Amino acid sequence: MWEQIRANQRKSVVVVLAMALLLGALGFFIGMAFFTAPSHPVYAEYPGHGPRTPQMDFTGGFLGLTIAMAVWFFMTLISYFAGANILLAASGARQIQKEDHPQLFNVVEEMSIAAGLPKMPDVYVMDDMAVNAFATGRDPRHAAVTVTAGLLGKLNRDQLQGVIAHEVGHIYNRDILFMQMLGVMAGSIVIIADTFTRSLWYSGGRRRSGRSSSEGGGGQGQAIMMVIAVVLAILAPILAQIIFLVASRRREYLADAQAAVFTRYPEGLASALEVISRDPVELSSVNRVTAPMYITNPLKGMSVAGLFSTHPPTEERIHILRNMGGNATFAEYQRAAQSVGESGALPVAALVGDKTVPIRGAHPDAVAAQDVRQQTRQVGDMLRAANHFTFVTCSCGVRMKIPPNFTQSQVQCPRCHATLAVPSN
Amino acid sequence: MGGLVGLLVVVVLLVIVVGWLIGIYNGLVRLRNEVKNAWSQIDVQLKRRHDLIPNLIETVKGYMTHERGTLENITKARSMAMSATGVEARGQAEGLLSQALGQLRVAVEAYPDLKANQNFLSLQEELTSTENKVGFSRQSYNDQVMQLNNKIQMFPSNIVAGMFNFQQEKFFEIAAPEEREVPKVSFT
Repeated sequence: MWEQIRANQRKSVVVVLAMALLLGALGFFIGMAFFTAPSHPVYAEYPGHGPRTPQMDFTGGFLGLTIAMAVWFFMTLISYFAGANILLAASGARQIQKEDHPQLFNVVEEMSIAAGLPKMPDVYVMDDMAVNAFATGRDPRHAAVTVTAGLLGKLNRDQLQGVIAHEVGHIYNRDILFMQMLGVMAGSIVIIADTFTRSLWYSGGRRRSGRSSSEGGGGQGQAIMMVIAVVLAILAPILAQIIFLVASRRREYLADAQAAVFTRYPEGLASALEVISRDPVELSSVNRVTAPMYITNPLKGMSVAGLFSTHPPTEERIHILRNMGGNATFAEYQRAAQSVGESGALPVAALVGDKTVPIRGAHPDAVAAQDVRQQTRQVGDMLRAANHFTFVTCSCGVRMKIPPNFTQSQVQCPRCHATLAVPSN
Repeated sequence: MGGLVGLLVVVVLLVIVVGWLIGIYNGLVRLRNEVKNAWSQIDVQLKRRHDLIPNLIETVKGYMTHERGTLENITKARSMAMSATGVEARGQAEGLLSQALGQLRVAVEAYPDLKANQNFLSLQEELTSTENKVGFSRQSYNDQVMQLNNKIQMFPSNIVAGMFNFQQEKFFEIAAPEEREVPKVSFT
C-alpha cells in the first residue's frame, strides 16, 4: 500500500510546483507593474530606481515576489497548525465520545484498524440534516472524521462504514494536508490578484492625472508589465482553481478505491453515495473553500460537471463501485473504472502487487428494513445531550427535551398537562 | 602502493557488504515485530469478543426459552476458544464460535421483543463491531505474515534469515462455515 502513496507524492510535487510558479509569476509581474510605476505614490519611496530605465530594473518584481511569498508563508503556517481547528469550528462540528453514538465510534475504529492508522481519528458530529461527511487533520496522528446528523440518521451500518472508509482513505493518503496546502496557495493567489485589481481601480484616477504631468515617463516596458500583470491577475485565480480541482477529483477516486479495499464491500459506499445524491437537503454552513473536503460536493446547485467541480460525478463513482467484480482490490477498481471510460482513475503504482480479496456479503442488520425516523430521533437526542439538554419523561410517556438556557424549575407536559420538576444540573 | 589500493578496495567492499547485510537483518527484525504487533491486535479483539458473550447470554436467556441448545453451544464454543493455543487451533475454535453466534443471530429473528430490547441492541452492535475488528486485524496480520515469509524465502534475504534462524509464521484463518453455507431462513 506504500506504493500508491509514493506515486501520489511525486504527482503532488508537480502540482505544488505548478501552483508555486503561478503564485510567483503573479507576485513578480504585479511588483514590476506597481513599484516601477512612475506616478504611483509607493514609487516615491524608491527614488534610486529611475523611471527612464524600467526594463532593466527588476527590484519591483522581486519586491512583489517577496510579498507574495510572505502572504503564502503566513497563510501556510496558520493552516498547518490551526487549519483543522478552523475548519471544524467553521462547520460547527462537535466532538463526541463512544457512549454518545457507539455505532459511529465502532465503525471509525474498525476502519482505522483496517487502514492500520497509528491512532484512531477523533469523531465529530455536525448538527446539520444534510447527508455529508469530511475528514480533517494534517497527518494520521492529528486527524478527525466529521459526519452530519443527517448522515447518521439516513444511512445503515454498511453505508456508514463505506463513507467512513472513504474518509479514512483520505487520512491514510494524507490528502487533507495536501489539499489544505494547495487550497492555501490558491487562496493566496486570489487574495493577491484581488488586492491588485482593486488598488488599480482606486488608483486609476490618480494615475491618469500623474501621466499628464510626467508625459509617458514610464515608457513602453512599463505598459507591457502592467498588461501582463492585469492578464495574470485575471487568469491566475482561475488557473489556480483548475489545478486545485483536478487534484481534488483524482484523490476522490483513490479514496473510493481504498474504501472498497478497506471494507471489502464496495456496495456499502455505492449505496451511501446514492442516498447522499438523492437527498434534497443542502448543507447550511459550506462555501467554495470547504467544499472539496466533503465526500460529495455539498453545493448541489453548482453541480456543473467538468473542469470546475470538486468531485467526479457521483453517478460515475457509484457506477465504478458497482462494476467491481468479486474482488476488492485496486486492480479491480481500475478495471471497473476503465469499463465506464475513466482510464486514469488510479496512479499506476497503486496496482502493483495486488492479490485476490473476496468481497464480503451485506451486513445482516443492513438488510433488515431500517427505521429512518427512529434513527434520526436517536441522533437528535445525542446532539441535544451533547449540547447539555436535559430530558424529562412524563408519566404519560411524553419525553421532553429541555434546552440548557431554560431557567424555570418546572415544566408542563404538553399532552396530559401535568407539572413536572426540571432537574437542575 | 598497489597493495594499499587493493587493501582499500577490499575494505570498502567489505563495508558495503556488511552494511547491506545489516540492512536486510534489520528489515527482517522489523517485519517480525510488526507480525507480533498485529497478532496482539487480534488477541485484543478476540478477548473482547469472549468478554461480551456472558453478558449477551444473560440478556438473551430470559427471552429465548426455546433456544437452550443454541445458547449452550455458544458457551461451549467460547470456553473452547479461550483455552485454544497456537495460531491454527485458535483459528478453528474461533470459527466454531462464529458459527454458534451466527445461529443465534438467525434465532433472534423469531423474538421481536428481544429485538426491541435496548440492552440487546447495544450488545449486538458491540458484537458486530468486534467481529469486524477481528476480521480487519486478521487481514493486516496476514499481510504482515506474507511479507515476512516472502523475505525469509526469497534470495538474498533468505541467507540472512537462515543465519539468524528467522522462522516463517502461520496465517491466521478463522474457519467461517456460515460464509459458505447460507443459513436457511424460512419466512412462513
